[in-house]
Amino acid sequence: MKRRTFTSLVAGLGLAASMLSTTAVAQDNMRIALVVKALGIGFFEAAAEGANEAAGELGNVEIIYTGPTDTTAEGQIEVINSLIAQGVDAIAISANDPDALVPALKRAMDRGITVISWDSGVAEGGRQMHLNPSSTPLIGNTIIKLAADHMPDGGDVAILSATATATNQNAWIEAAKEVLPNYEGVNLVATVYGDDLSDKSYREAQGLMASYPNLKAIIAPTTVGILASCQAVTDAGKIGEINVTGLGLPSEMAGCVDSGATKSFAIWNPIDLGYSATMLAHALAKGAEAGPGAEIPMGRMGSVKLDDTNAAAMADPFTYDSSNIDQFKSIF
Amino acid sequence: MKRFLASRELLLLIAIGLLLGVISSRFPAFIAPSNLVAVFNDTSPLILLAIGQMIVILTKCIDLSVAANLALTGMVVSLINIAVPGLPIVVMLFIAVAFGAVLGMFNGLLVWKLAIPPIVVTLGTMTIFRGTIFLLTEGKWVNSHEMSDTFKAFPRTEILGLPVLSWIAIAVVILFTIVMTRTTLGRAFYAAGGNPHAATYAGINVGRTQFWAFTISGALAGLTGYLWVSRFAVAYVDVAGGFELTVVAACVIGGVSIMGGIGSVPGALLGALFLGIIANALPVVNISPFWQMAISGGAIIIAVVLNAQANRTPGRIILKRAEHAT
Repeated sequence: MKRRTFTSLVAGLGLAASMLSTTAVAQDNMRIALVVKALGIGFFEAAAEGANEAAGELGNVEIIYTGPTDTTAEGQIEVINSLIAQGVDAIAISANDPDALVPALKRAMDRGITVISWDSGVAEGGRQMHLNPSSTPLIGNTIIKLAADHMPDGGDVAILSATATATNQNAWIEAAKEVLPNYEGVNLVATVYGDDLSDKSYREAQGLMASYPNLKAIIAPTTVGILASCQAVTDAGKIGEINVTGLGLPSEMAGCVDSGATKSFAIWNPIDLGYSATMLAHALAKGAEAGPGAEIPMGRMGSVKLDDTNAAAMADPFTYDSSNIDQFKSIF
Repeated sequence: MKRFLASRELLLLIAIGLLLGVISSRFPAFIAPSNLVAVFNDTSPLILLAIGQMIVILTKCIDLSVAANLALTGMVVSLINIAVPGLPIVVMLFIAVAFGAVLGMFNGLLVWKLAIPPIVVTLGTMTIFRGTIFLLTEGKWVNSHEMSDTFKAFPRTEILGLPVLSWIAIAVVILFTIVMTRTTLGRAFYAAGGNPHAATYAGINVGRTQFWAFTISGALAGLTGYLWVSRFAVAYVDVAGGFELTVVAACVIGGVSIMGGIGSVPGALLGALFLGIIANALPVVNISPFWQMAISGGAIIIAVVLNAQANRTPGRIILKRAEHAT
């Protein structure tokens, strides 16, 4: 209970503060609220940085970066209500719950506020469009490309996944297999499953190295798997021979990149995501139509095309390597 | 000698030999000495935990919190390592063992003083320990670049061709073989589980014996916690998730009776090695992941059936004359 009072107090203060600031700036400013899952999370702070970058490019746009203090749908509803009261022009939200926020967001849209979701989506009725960080085909292509980039002469690669039944990973692997013919010389020899357990993933990586002496790369589209493979390759003294790549978080992968076991890996870029969400919210608030098939521009990130559910994918996952890992490892 | 020939340990040794034979027919490099060393090293955490679990099971209890204890202790030592990177490894080992022992004592006290069934106590503490990790870290990971080099290097340091991790497992096996066969406490574990009433009349405090069993299991889990996070160079909430069941399985395969009172350190060691060899062989013999689970499960069922056969005490004939009378 105490916490709830504190949250509303914070929201109230935020409201008061933003009212003060609105009186200070010119009235024709567009105000876009970037609502995140919770304040104080590096990933979202980085997204806010991107949003401010977009605001700077657009000019006359003010970003209100806000969110609850913990990752609850109730907290976000309070925030949305206060934003409605403030009469912001657009809300771009990463939702803690796809359904619970729909009534509050509908109320916002009834008041003429543009509502989009990004990162973590809201059900169709509660937003005009949703921006996914990436898409299955893009991720599938990226993980193969990451390996191929560092094998000019081609060679054997293996995939180390999470569980054999993991929906996301299986879809990515399927997509990766589809684009494989585009990468000449890249030979996928095995797909193994580490169950997202460090000990099992480590053993599976050891097994791959023993079974395929010519292995050039291990692709792990899961954070536990990529770290365990990196450790197994390091312990086997095969840094430089075998490149461990896939999907991981910069804060977790910094050690692997420093040691050279991982030359590069990928994950969505939160800065780009915040930037694109702001650009899209701005375009829609300015009158762009969000409907299936519509193409909406988003500044330096190009443009997105909406699908049947009014959702779109931003871009390929962003590649991290020794040149940018230090910048991102403290962010998320 | 005759007893050894009919014993569970010999049966397991034969099974392990057969297993290695089958594996080497499909993947000859598996039985190369260097690979066998790697398999033993990989199985060492399981051996450590299985010995602790065996002692607990001997006293008619079960400790489902070992893996959670391992994860919590691992996280605590990782956080200490971040805060005080220069701490000597000896101190770190002491902290890990002591912290794990305290967690084990907590289980033991609940079982001893409040007489709550051990399966309920440890099911509860399992969740509490994992929850505590989340509270400590808010779900964040401790990653290899945050750990100091000495912290990570200790279990991999090689002495006489074997990594320290393996040496620790060997030392613990020897230590507990002596404890279980040559000390009063060791014999009390057997007595407390084999026949609690008789043990009480013989002057053994069954509750306190169970308390010490949980303490030992906790201490070993704590020690393994440090070794685990430093070996895999990462600590997070779900470290070793579900590993407690593998540990219990190793004990069961090693001939430890779930009813208490029967079991030995060599048995637990061989049970752990059996599972360790399967776990290490399956990735290289190219079997579908769905079959891997079925094979591990099948091995456990066969072991339990063998256990039930071996441990079935023949009914005593009280009235021999009456039997022949008709």
